[in-house]
Amino acid sequence: MSSVPAVRLRDVVKRFGALTAVDHLDLEVPRGVCFGLLGPNGAGKSTTMRLLTGQAVADSGHVEVLGHELPGASREARSVSGVVPQVDNLDAELTVAENLEVFARLQRIPRAERDAAVRRGLEVARLVDRADTPAAALSGGMRRRLLIARGLIHGPQLVLLDEPTVGLDPQIRQQLWSTIAEIRSSGVTVLMSTHYIEEAERLCDEVAIMHAGRVVASGPPRDLITRSVGREVLEVAGTPTALADIEAAANAGGLRTRRSGTTVAVLDAERLDGQDWAQGDRRAPTLEDVFVVLTGEEMA
Amino acid sequence: MSVAVTSTPPVTHRRFEPAIVGAIVYREWRVFRRVWFSTAFGSIVEPIVFFIGFGFGFGALISEVAGLSYFEFMATGTIAIGILFSALFPGLINGYTRRAEKHLYDGQLAAPVSVAELVAGESLWNGLRVAVVAVVTLFVALAFGVRMGPGVVLVPAIAVFTGFGLSATGAAFAAKLRSWHGVDIIIGAVVAPMLVVAGTFFPLDGLPRWAELVGRANPLYHCVELLRGAVFGFTGFGQTMLHVAALSVFNLLAWLVAVRLVRRALID
Repeated sequence: MSSVPAVRLRDVVKRFGALTAVDHLDLEVPRGVCFGLLGPNGAGKSTTMRLLTGQAVADSGHVEVLGHELPGASREARSVSGVVPQVDNLDAELTVAENLEVFARLQRIPRAERDAAVRRGLEVARLVDRADTPAAALSGGMRRRLLIARGLIHGPQLVLLDEPTVGLDPQIRQQLWSTIAEIRSSGVTVLMSTHYIEEAERLCDEVAIMHAGRVVASGPPRDLITRSVGREVLEVAGTPTALADIEAAANAGGLRTRRSGTTVAVLDAERLDGQDWAQGDRRAPTLEDVFVVLTGEEMA
Repeated sequence: MSVAVTSTPPVTHRRFEPAIVGAIVYREWRVFRRVWFSTAFGSIVEPIVFFIGFGFGFGALISEVAGLSYFEFMATGTIAIGILFSALFPGLINGYTRRAEKHLYDGQLAAPVSVAELVAGESLWNGLRVAVVAVVTLFVALAFGVRMGPGVVLVPAIAVFTGFGLSATGAAFAAKLRSWHGVDIIIGAVVAPMLVVAGTFFPLDGLPRWAELVGRANPLYHCVELLRGAVFGFTGFGQTMLHVAALSVFNLLAWLVAVRLVRRALID
């Protein structure tokens, strides 16, 4: 089994009417990594996630989760993978412990192991002292932790995290990052979608950048950055006319540029040597630079 | 904190897993334990209102219907109406809010749960809950002096049996709802005729032929006939089995249609 990747998509197409949400997508997620699907809203990340849980069915192509082909073996796939949705769908009518217990039953955890699974879930969610609190009364961060614990209740080999920190405070986001890092180091494969660049850079061993329903580039974040935008970026601020001049000069020298607001970023800036227009701040390139260069669009 | 978990998932996967249906019912039971009072209270007050209004109001005008006093005839009709309301509306309202507003089904379907099990579990639960409503109504009827035979013990079973299909019917309509405005259409075009043209407050015999035929296709008619048989004595084996068969077909059809429509609404 271990030679089988956690996720394999081959030439997958999913349309909603005239919109092609997933457009001949190829994606392979190896086991044991934290893999990030990166892209702006509407890139097809959520649809890809739904294809993997059987909640969307591909129009064509091949979808496989932990060796189980979907949609046919979707039930088998769902019993060895866990889902942490973007939309909070906790059961507001139940308590924290009941939320976990119902999922333990839906996952058919044997009766003898159920209590232990719920206890473990409460620990993962760090909600042991709130076991009997109605889920509806939890704060945003607590709810997200409970969603994660619920997705892990049955000891899945793969966890799908759809925009795990969207809409959360920076402090809570940091907490969740450490939880996600722990999940990954416990040997569980993590596939997360995000439009937060920093999140992907910090957590992911590998990323795939999605744009218009396809993967436009993939690899370990550092490799991807070096390969696509070099090792250094020069950021120059100025008036629109000055920026236009810099763009012209850089492009003439065979360098790519990225305009954002009041600055121009010159990519592959390590290749510059002392041109007099090249005055500004030097910084490390990011996945965002990669994204913009590859798609011609800003992230958000 | 350790997130590693060691439990072993079950290896066999049947197409339809009763344990999952049980888990769905269990979920409803956990909620019901906290809200049972409002259900019980509603199911006491509603029949009292009907008994006083129709029983005494109409009962003064009509002495006997189909060999029963009007009060007895109407009392069993009221049980059936309780079954209709308490099964169809939760099926409809929960079906809509849990899909469109609470996203509860999205969460449940991420676990190895099929739409067929989901609809079966919720419909079975509504059937069980409706049995409570029917029994409470029976006690109210008893308090109003309605005489009952030993067959009355079958009433909960009839309630579960009819409630399942009515709840699934609600779920099927819920799957087609795009907003709450659609509920008005369902109440006007489905619930009202089902409620009235069923032999609940008056027998079908007196209706125009076409309305009588519509009534005989109404599952609530078969429910109310079975209830009358259970409470006051069955009239014949063949006739009783015909009602059971009609309700069986209704349950199966309602479940199949609901599963199809709910699946279409939930799975892209």
